[in-house]
Amino acid sequence: MAKKPRVKVPKSAKKGDVIQVKTLFSHKMETGLRKDKKTGKLIPRKIINKFECLFNGKEVFSADIHPAVAANPYFAFSCRAEETGEFTFKWTEDGGKVISASRKMKVS
Amino acid sequence: MTESKHTAAMMERRDFLAAAGSGVIALMATAMVPGIAFAKPEDAAKAISEYTGGKAVQEGKVSLKLPQIAENGNTVPVTVMVDSPQTADNYVKKIHIVSEGNPTPFIASFNLSPMSGKADVSARMRMARTQNVVAVAEMSDGTFFAAKKQIKVTIGGCGG
Repeated sequence: MAKKPRVKVPKSAKKGDVIQVKTLFSHKMETGLRKDKKTGKLIPRKIINKFECLFNGKEVFSADIHPAVAANPYFAFSCRAEETGEFTFKWTEDGGKVISASRKMKVS
Repeated sequence: MTESKHTAAMMERRDFLAAAGSGVIALMATAMVPGIAFAKPEDAAKAISEYTGGKAVQEGKVSLKLPQIAENGNTVPVTVMVDSPQTADNYVKKIHIVSEGNPTPFIASFNLSPMSGKADVSARMRMARTQNVVAVAEMSDGTFFAAKKQIKVTIGGCGG
């Protein structure tokens, strides 16, 4: 559970280039529809319901996530490289827990 | 004596059959997720109109990439690309992915920005059964475009 999220961003890019960002977060993404085989009770829902990616504080990409997103949520998206700066990634779990990561990118 | 023994045996047999029966139902239930109705195409349409606010949805611009057959519904790759320059005055604001055959029609909504550079998003989703998947894109000028594709699912990925 406490594994670090995996993020792939190029370390450097040329100004104006469109780069690809890939993120993977290890999480079971419990749908709330599954039953515990021993007790027969529904396992409560616990998913990552929001993912955000910011660059120098400005939102580049975000996702509102429903239980139909697979376990270990993976997202790949694009970003235009305009200036040197830092990406911030945030994953919000049901219940409000936020896990974040950051990556620097040099733009020349 | 013999009669009561006989009835006892009968009862046992009946109990056994009943138990076996419920066992089978329980088995089926775990496979099919009991008490949870699957979304119908109408539910998906309703979800889409919630996203669009009732506005007309045009075809085109959106390309939805899915495998033709998903052997494992637990993790199905999906890519949505929208034909757009992603500049400050002409960009894709949102991309919604909607299911016509999962327990709920909602899968995910992506918010993009002019900084995205390209409207190109990939993710992995769960598919409960063979169904249509719809991708709806909201453009910055308030128009909507959509694409629909069928996916065949061998083993559903919802009950676990």
